[in-house]
Amino acid sequence: MKKKKMTLATKNAIAGYLFILPFIIGFLAFMVLPLFQSLRMSFSEVTVDPSAGGFTMVFANLKNYNEVINIDPDFKILLIENLRGMLLDLPATLIFSFFVALLLNQTFKGRGFVRAIFFMPVILSSGVIVGLEYNNEMLASMKDVIQETTNASSITTVLQDMLVTDGTQSGELFQFVFDLIDHIYDIAIQSGIQIIIFLSGLQTISVSMFEAAKIEGCTAWECFWKITLPMVSSLILVNVIYTIIDYFCRSDNEVMDYISTSMISKMQYDLSAAMAWIYFACCLVIIGIISLIISKRVYYYE
Amino acid sequence: MSKKREKWQAFMERNRKSNGYLLRKTVFNIGYKICRAVLIFGLCFLIVQPLLNKVSLSFMAEQDLYDSTIVNIPRNFTTSSYKLASDLMDYWKALGTTTVISLIVSLFQVAAATLVGYGFARYKFPFKNFWFFMVILVIIVPPQTIMAPLYLNFTYFDPLGLFSLVTGKPINLINTIIPYLLMCFGCMGLKSGLYIYLIRQFFRNVPKDIEEAAYVDGCGKFKTFYRIMLPDAKPIITSCFLFAFVWQWTDKFYAQMFLRKYTLLSTQLSGLSGALDAFIKNAGIAEKATQAYSSAIVATGTLMTIIPLLVIYVFAQKGFVESLSQSGIKM
Repeated sequence: MKKKKMTLATKNAIAGYLFILPFIIGFLAFMVLPLFQSLRMSFSEVTVDPSAGGFTMVFANLKNYNEVINIDPDFKILLIENLRGMLLDLPATLIFSFFVALLLNQTFKGRGFVRAIFFMPVILSSGVIVGLEYNNEMLASMKDVIQETTNASSITTVLQDMLVTDGTQSGELFQFVFDLIDHIYDIAIQSGIQIIIFLSGLQTISVSMFEAAKIEGCTAWECFWKITLPMVSSLILVNVIYTIIDYFCRSDNEVMDYISTSMISKMQYDLSAAMAWIYFACCLVIIGIISLIISKRVYYYE
Repeated sequence: MSKKREKWQAFMERNRKSNGYLLRKTVFNIGYKICRAVLIFGLCFLIVQPLLNKVSLSFMAEQDLYDSTIVNIPRNFTTSSYKLASDLMDYWKALGTTTVISLIVSLFQVAAATLVGYGFARYKFPFKNFWFFMVILVIIVPPQTIMAPLYLNFTYFDPLGLFSLVTGKPINLINTIIPYLLMCFGCMGLKSGLYIYLIRQFFRNVPKDIEEAAYVDGCGKFKTFYRIMLPDAKPIITSCFLFAFVWQWTDKFYAQMFLRKYTLLSTQLSGLSGALDAFIKNAGIAEKATQAYSSAIVATGTLMTIIPLLVIYVFAQKGFVESLSQSGIKM
């Protein structure tokens, strides 16, 4: 008996498929199938019937979407607030993590220790603990102290009062900055991974580039804009996407919470599927638009 | 003394020669260093403070909580909060189950992710880019989107009608760990896509020569992976394992969906303040716990939940951070 010989490429292809087989099976069974089902659920009315051994779906057109958007009093508000919060957090997280990465890229005593502290929230403030930490005690107590001494409601209000007294307008930008200061703690906590990614990018820039620029008379400020920023620009894209995904999938995300409770405790499978799809669509649109904008400006150094 | 003076004089001499530039530069440098130190200290404090605050709250007796003169250091030092929290959470049992389940789950996740990551990094096959794009998609899809059908499918688990054929009705797999393990082995567990991505990045950077030498010596494909590449990839595999373990430890989402039968630390912790209210009501002290007391007990419970993680982090800090920075993340 003579075996037919396979070419090396075919053999490799088969081996490759064998290696990624767990992913393919899992992807089809636990991602594509449920995605398809949930899409179907969102367009139909689901009734659970344990005695018949399952659940039935009756096609109902856009009824669920209509109900979620037009009738449900909370969902739309939550969603808009959530998206607004994300657009606010995104630049803040990026700037903060880039700034900290720049700091950590310099040499000083105890650098490893500081890096460990900044990364600590990734380990400790995940899952249930984020939800519990939501009422940060320090800021709350500081607020109390200030309230007692100045009759104002928060640190930022005090600052605002001080800055605005001389007749300057407290415009949108002011409000934006004050909002950020108000939750600097949340931003610090959610930028652990981004800091490490930026830091690893900064460390790959060769020192000779800076030396050459310095000899040519480049100031530190110019070096930052002409060398550092372009060299890490590809990582900005990575971090933007990571931050958005992290924001959407975080466990203290109110929209997610709302969807979970409407499914688990109220058993509204069809409505929760519709909500989840609306939310997912928003995610995809935002990621798509932002990464399109940024990827045009990314500079790859080879 | 005189040596110091000499040094100072030499410095002033050099300063004079440089028309005062040296002095300005030195002062600026020192000032910059001080500013940086203050800034770094402040930011670190911001992150560590909630933890310290919890530690001090957890040792306070109940009357200390209402005393406004006590801020950080408890006057009546007590460990009764720990005792109460551990009773309410069923701590030791929960700790045991959480450890076992996190270990099993992260083992499954990392095993699958390693195989898949290696396949993506080392082999050429048709539609490779398509499948890799699907990995990215898996990272992006929020699990809530597919939660409802998954839940129903596992409640009435009946692939291809097999179980109906044998037992007459579909079997209920919810409240067992099987569905979750199946998902983890199918790379659809908590953040599995991320692990695939990281491991693929690592294997891509390993030089091909070693593998080729193994092939030339007649080593099979799987054996090469198992004997040659796997030992090399120890650092990235360990760190993915650590991430998987830690994130599983605090996960609430999958725990609520699939593991409701088990007493897990994460679910116990999120139910702690409710348990405390019930306890107080049963004891006949009050209708429910005061907010200060409740927050002190929750702080204690949180500390007890994260202490094992903190220990792991202190010992394996490098494993977490370094693998991430070495993997050279690029799109």
